[in-house]
Amino acid sequence: MTLLFIGSAALSLLWTPWPATEIDVPNKLALPGAAHWLGTDSLGRDIVSQLLVGARTSILVGVVAVLIGLLCGVALGCLAAARRGWVEETVMRLSDFTFAFPALLSAIMLGAIYGPGLLTGIVAIGIFNIPVFARTARASANAVWSREYVLAARAAGAGPWRITLDHVLPNIASVLIVQSTLQFATAILAEAALSYLGLGTQPPMPSWGRMLNEAQTQMFQAPQLAIWPGAAIALAVLGLNLMGDGLRDLLDPKLARKR
Amino acid sequence: MGVFLLKRFATFVLTLWVASMVVFAVLELLPGNAAQIILGDTATPESLAALEQKLGLDKPQLQRYGEWIVGLLQGRSATSISYDTPTVTLIAERMQVTLPLAAMAMLFSVVVALVAGVYAASRHNRLGDVGVMTLSQIGIAIPNFWFAILLILLFAVNLQWVSAGGFPGWREDDGGGLWEGFKALLLPAVALAVVQASVLARWTRSAVLEVMREDFVRTARAKGLSRRQALWGHVLRNAMIPVLTIMGLQFAFLISGTVVVEQVFVLPGVGRLVFQAIANRDLVVVRDVVLLLVAMVVFVNFVVDVLYAVIDPRLKTSDA
Repeated sequence: MTLLFIGSAALSLLWTPWPATEIDVPNKLALPGAAHWLGTDSLGRDIVSQLLVGARTSILVGVVAVLIGLLCGVALGCLAAARRGWVEETVMRLSDFTFAFPALLSAIMLGAIYGPGLLTGIVAIGIFNIPVFARTARASANAVWSREYVLAARAAGAGPWRITLDHVLPNIASVLIVQSTLQFATAILAEAALSYLGLGTQPPMPSWGRMLNEAQTQMFQAPQLAIWPGAAIALAVLGLNLMGDGLRDLLDPKLARKR
Repeated sequence: MGVFLLKRFATFVLTLWVASMVVFAVLELLPGNAAQIILGDTATPESLAALEQKLGLDKPQLQRYGEWIVGLLQGRSATSISYDTPTVTLIAERMQVTLPLAAMAMLFSVVVALVAGVYAASRHNRLGDVGVMTLSQIGIAIPNFWFAILLILLFAVNLQWVSAGGFPGWREDDGGGLWEGFKALLLPAVALAVVQASVLARWTRSAVLEVMREDFVRTARAKGLSRRQALWGHVLRNAMIPVLTIMGLQFAFLISGTVVVEQVFVLPGVGRLVFQAIANRDLVVVRDVVLLLVAMVVFVNFVVDVLYAVIDPRLKTSDA
């Protein structure tokens, strides 16, 4: 499922059955057929082409939002684990506080000021990822800091940043990879919701969430339009969640020993 | 326990205070001139000046923040630019839809999750467990607004059992009533509950499995309790602690989901209010609604912390 999702996005860079934004009103609301495999929407745009390009939008948002969370969150988490004491307490309270601002509320605030758009959505989702990665990194880093080889490095005179770079980060990488996969899935859901509400990707750029919004207005004339974008979102998210679970099973040393 | 509760209350108040500063900073200070944002680029200097005075933008920022917070604590609020009504009045009207909707969704999700999670744990590694986990995995992947649209397609468009959206009101004088209002919120609550129930079911199963391995459970069984008695009498109470944490964390997603689902079903709740405010560039409403939603999330997490102390006797004595 994940390969299908990524493959679709990659394919859309080279080829789509029809230009995704090409309007063809005489052919609007066409049923699935030879020319348009999943039919057309209310403006005659090909559904398959929009799904393929929409996958690209979802990946873009997912990757950037996860990167924002990863870079800022891991830095904060490692700082908290390296410094402990009041620094750790402050970082953790700040991350707890950020949980009170789900991506949607941040997007509402930013959308009200700067107007809705892809960047607003990415920033809002990225901000919410920061405390997730901070907590994960801190918890894993704390476990590494108590290991004998870290104690040995400290005894040898290595500073906290050298230890973080040489020992902590490589040992928490697997946990972060799993978390990244799961947050990627969450980012796709969040982007779809924001686009559905008009706060995310703006026309004419195709987006699965906005396709659902448009499909809802045609529910009585063309109910099938509501099925494809939702199924695409669900399959992409399901694939990423299953991949994350699988990676966790593969990379978790406790589970590896059981095998 | 008294010290524990005091600490949690202090954290609650501090979090609310910091949240209010962030909301104020983003919506009042970041834009530079809120009046310019509201009126747009074509506003005349006279209309800008008039709106700046009306919004109090000529006052120092700290004073504006203080007046806003003190006003809210006293039940007074600024007046909405588009509705010309105090935001407190607008929000109170809309909460008559949003609060019951969120409560119904939470209730459905908790009941379903507890039953499914306990069932899956009791059938660990068998067909029942695999079935519940598969369904929950699918439930987590499904966007709640898509599920809402599918529910409308099935029950409103095809079967015509319910209307596709709207809310008739809680009073019969307005053409609604208790039962009519409940019917209007049923599908939205189910759409919201699916994702929450899926997440909670997985955590419940995991927590129940963890507790079932504890020595005290083996002791309870050795003393003659049946599996069911041990499960409901001992396991569930101890398993609820981590589940409560997740319920608190999930509430933020529930609130977001409520905002989205209100758009799908065209419910006149707080979610639709804030989107109308964005379209009208009514920053006053956006500011107060966002703070309210954040406060709800923080409050629920505070309640979860308090419930911890009630459920876990160790916390009652740990701070003594």
